[in-house]
Amino acid sequence: MITEKDVDHVALLARLELTGEDKEMFTRQLNDILEHFQSLQRLDTEKVQPTAHVLPLKNIYREDRVGEHIPRDDALANCPDRVDNYFKVPKIV
Amino acid sequence: MTQYETVIGLEVHAELKTRSKIFCDSTTEFGGDPNTHVCPVCLGLPGVLPVVNKTVVEYAIRAALALNCRVASFSKFDRKNYYYPDMPKNYQISQYDLPIAEHGYLNIEVKGEVRKIGITRLHMEEDTGKLVHQGNITTTPFSLVDYNRAGVPLIEIVSDPDMRSPEEAYEYLNKLKAIILYTGVSDCKMEEGSLRCDANISVRPAGSQEFGTKTEIKNMNSFKALQKALTYEAERQIKVLKEGGRIIQETRTWDDEQGITLPMRSKEYAHDYRYLPDPDLVSMVIDREWVEEIKRSLPELPDDRKERYVREYGLPVYDAMVLTNTRELADYFEDCVAVYPNAKTVSNWVMGDLSRLLNASVVGIINCPIKPEQLGALLQLIEKGTISGKIAKTVFEEMFATGKAAETIVKEKGLVQISDEGAITAIVEEVIAKNQKSVDDYRAGKERALSFLVGQVMKASKGKANPELVNRLFKERL
Repeated sequence: MITEKDVDHVALLARLELTGEDKEMFTRQLNDILEHFQSLQRLDTEKVQPTAHVLPLKNIYREDRVGEHIPRDDALANCPDRVDNYFKVPKIV
Repeated sequence: MTQYETVIGLEVHAELKTRSKIFCDSTTEFGGDPNTHVCPVCLGLPGVLPVVNKTVVEYAIRAALALNCRVASFSKFDRKNYYYPDMPKNYQISQYDLPIAEHGYLNIEVKGEVRKIGITRLHMEEDTGKLVHQGNITTTPFSLVDYNRAGVPLIEIVSDPDMRSPEEAYEYLNKLKAIILYTGVSDCKMEEGSLRCDANISVRPAGSQEFGTKTEIKNMNSFKALQKALTYEAERQIKVLKEGGRIIQETRTWDDEQGITLPMRSKEYAHDYRYLPDPDLVSMVIDREWVEEIKRSLPELPDDRKERYVREYGLPVYDAMVLTNTRELADYFEDCVAVYPNAKTVSNWVMGDLSRLLNASVVGIINCPIKPEQLGALLQLIEKGTISGKIAKTVFEEMFATGKAAETIVKEKGLVQISDEGAITAIVEEVIAKNQKSVDDYRAGKERALSFLVGQVMKASKGKANPELVNRLFKERL
């Protein structure tokens, strides 16, 4: 059962600011979603290996070779703000 | 009064020396202008797909085998989610429940006692970008990010909580570094950040079986800092307990300037990483034949080499330990012994004069101006009596400064030892004639007077007289 406290926690981890109304709505929606998936619990998975990946592929590797880098201005093109050649972001700590 | 025991476990990160990053083909080269060693994959742009660099897996297995780990037959990568701009994706690709290797160990020696330190696990992950700050770090509202390092391959090696003192932690890190260097998968430079170390530390009443509450210590940037930080933190925890307080489980940072650990703000470091298997990367099924092949390619490791030096060369354990600490020094020693087979003499020169000059000049053994064969040739000159041991020291310094062969220097500077009895007798007799008082003293039983007389001959011959011959000639005459 998801409580409003859980929603607060998840919001903090995702750096989301939620209003009281938001919280109420997300608490209800998240519980609905979990309830829906509860139906999976009815399956007997006793003899099923945990799935790490759905594709029938394994051991996809590349050789250790250096390729092309992208031009720096392209690298920085989408960032909201830059200082010299750095990405500029709000300080976290 | 309660005695306390310290319990320490280390988490060590080593950058792997591959050419390209772990999931893309950007270069791993250190430094570079900010944000030039990047591509859409390591910038985390939408729609890109990471692909594992095979050499990273190989190197991780190589390190794992050298650390006596069991290599997994099935392994995968997971996303570690956290909100911090050192990774552009808001997650770091790491390994969670199925690391590439587990259950290893290494042996350390502290105060003559060998202790086996367990290794819980070894896993692969990507390094993060670097944050820099303009102006005052505490007041500036911004961080600047350079993603050149983001995606450089790392192995993280987690030890069991088996260490019982800061000295043991120091020795563990030293041994771990030596072993990894031998395998050649990382250059382990703490000052460049290619080797990093965090510690978990707790204290408990001696004899207790349960662990105390631990703290995690970060930001120890040298071996010395590790030892100082752990010593401080153990004392801090003991003090808290003695005063009736309790330890708070938290992450603390080592402040090297103040010599103390400080709590980091815990909210931002909430350990809620919500690991999930990375759907962009498929599983790895590790071929046993591949593991065996890597095992066969491992070099002789420090412990084996040390034991061999004691057994084969008859060296003291201490010498064997120092010489085998790096592969380069051990190779140097062996190349020298191939030319001049008295191992103990070679060891004395390598550990003594050579190490002293190398340390003073900050030249690594690899670039040592004196090649091992040249040192061997110098030692032969001493043995043959061509030069005295004292002159050899001068020749040695000259060799180090110029890279010339010992024989060349001896010839150029006319340093050949005088073993001609006639020539030395003349000097000896002159010294006797000029130093009647010392002669009388010696005859009266003062042994020290003889050293003075011998010294006078050495001075007159500019150090070239054969000292044994000088001694003999005096004794015959006095």
